[in-house]
Amino acid sequence: MSTDAILSFEEAMEKYDPVLGFEVHVELNTNTKMFSSAPNVFGDEPNTNVNEVDLGMPGVLPVVNKTAVESSIKIGLALNCKIAESCRFARKNYFYPDTPKNFQTSQYDEPIAYDGYLDIELSDGSVFRVEIERAHMEEDAGKLTHMGGATGRIQGADYSLVDYNRAGVPLVEIVTKPIEGAGSRAPELAKAYVAAVREIVKNLGVSDARMERGNVRCDANVSLRPHGRERFGIRSETKNVNSLRAVEHAVRYEIQRHAAVLESGEPVIQETRHWHEDTRTTTSGRAKSDADDYRYFPEPDLVPVLASREWVEELRATLPEPPAARRKRLQADWGYSDLEFRDVVNAGVMDSIEETIAAGASASVARKWWMGEIVGRAKTADVDPSELGVTPQTIVELNTLVEGGKINNKMASQVLDGVLAGEGAPAEIVEKRGLAVVSDDGPLLEAIDAALAAQPDVAEKIRGGKLQAIGAIVGGVMKATRGQADAGRVKELILERLGVEG
Amino acid sequence: MAAINRDDVAHLARLAHIEMSPEELDRMAGELAVIVDSVKSVSEAAGDDVPATSHPIPLNNVFREDVVGHTFTAEQALSGAPDSFEGRFKVPAILDED
Repeated sequence: MSTDAILSFEEAMEKYDPVLGFEVHVELNTNTKMFSSAPNVFGDEPNTNVNEVDLGMPGVLPVVNKTAVESSIKIGLALNCKIAESCRFARKNYFYPDTPKNFQTSQYDEPIAYDGYLDIELSDGSVFRVEIERAHMEEDAGKLTHMGGATGRIQGADYSLVDYNRAGVPLVEIVTKPIEGAGSRAPELAKAYVAAVREIVKNLGVSDARMERGNVRCDANVSLRPHGRERFGIRSETKNVNSLRAVEHAVRYEIQRHAAVLESGEPVIQETRHWHEDTRTTTSGRAKSDADDYRYFPEPDLVPVLASREWVEELRATLPEPPAARRKRLQADWGYSDLEFRDVVNAGVMDSIEETIAAGASASVARKWWMGEIVGRAKTADVDPSELGVTPQTIVELNTLVEGGKINNKMASQVLDGVLAGEGAPAEIVEKRGLAVVSDDGPLLEAIDAALAAQPDVAEKIRGGKLQAIGAIVGGVMKATRGQADAGRVKELILERLGVEG
Repeated sequence: MAAINRDDVAHLARLAHIEMSPEELDRMAGELAVIVDSVKSVSEAAGDDVPATSHPIPLNNVFREDVVGHTFTAEQALSGAPDSFEGRFKVPAILDED
């Protein structure tokens, strides 16, 4: 496999203006498939979630899944699209073992949703509008596994194995208009756009939106043109870009590769490129040819879908708050600064914090725990913070223990470790590990008296009103109690002992 | 004259994975031309007041509730397969090494 020449991104940007376009496929999380009543479930034994419709047996008839249509309309509405009063399905004809019917049932000239837009917020807070050309309904194809050969990739495989469990899973394909004017922010915009689509479909509850399972898949189109020229350059379409990071990298790489091709005086070839996560490069798939003549025609086995305005408005009324609006509201409710809130969002703990607050914690307590204790542990364990195993209830319990003076913050952190190690609920762990702070005032007073006696000058300063000097006495007490005292209570007792108002 | 010629037929034959001899292409081009001409008469019959239709029956919104129905076992699914391996259909490799 040859390695393509690339230009540095900076040089590419100096000379060329990138134009992007995306096709994002969203798998719906309906119970059943688009046209058959077989279950739509990920990860089952191969070829067990299929029936005669999915296998394209002769004489079978597809029937449209009503919930899938409703989910598609919801996606269209969330993307600010118009919903077609009438639309129909079409056959896209091609021979490939991933589709046993030799055609994919899709929509061609009459998509269910069209002419929308999505406002994408970039990391510096600026907003970039991406125009949506259309969102149409179709079905997923089966899954091929290429066996043998050197790479496990399609090239050089000895044979392929096919699982049709995914064949017929409802898909919505979202197609953008050409995206101009992104400039050097093109890779960031690409990532942010796909992230926004994923967030929207997840928020609508119409897709599991797990990219690692292929619930959201992106084909990225890139072309370059010299600055100041209106006509688009020749584009490549990079397939198999299935993580947010990969979308950013793939767009960046293709910009650099196109720039090198153009600099060498050659034309860019219009072709499909395959993304390789391991090398972070693309390789040539096949050139566009007349094999892409799909001979679409209206699907004779399905009747048109009419979306009455009443139906559309009913569905619109069920839409949840859009994610961007929700973020604004939560930040205001929680009183976080822009920086604090951005950190929370970037760390992926906004939902967890919301749940923790709902469970009874204050906004500042929830942030302290998630950002201060959990994010770091999740990073070490290489999982999402929400998947570490900390529930909102755990945090509320930990915080109750801290605020009740049962444990201090340092112990609370140890208790959290215990919870993650499966030792039980926080209160149990405090008991088992013998972590409770010394709350009996007797031993504390003894330690305080000893500390005061050991540092009479400090005691005098405190009596004289220099309250910041109290730290030295608290430190002595904590040392004497091996950290098992509640520092707040110790302070109170010292002040009482010295007859000073706190 | 019909807008279908021998090259069109050769193109379609390739897309449809049908091997056709030069004689067959010639004959089919002639036959298809007649068929296309016949179909054309339909558009002549339909006036501007007749909307295009993709379906002969005036039905719409034929839906199914999203309720799981029957499935095959893997054995049933594979029972007509020319070849299979570990519960999956086995098919020839599709692309050659680059």
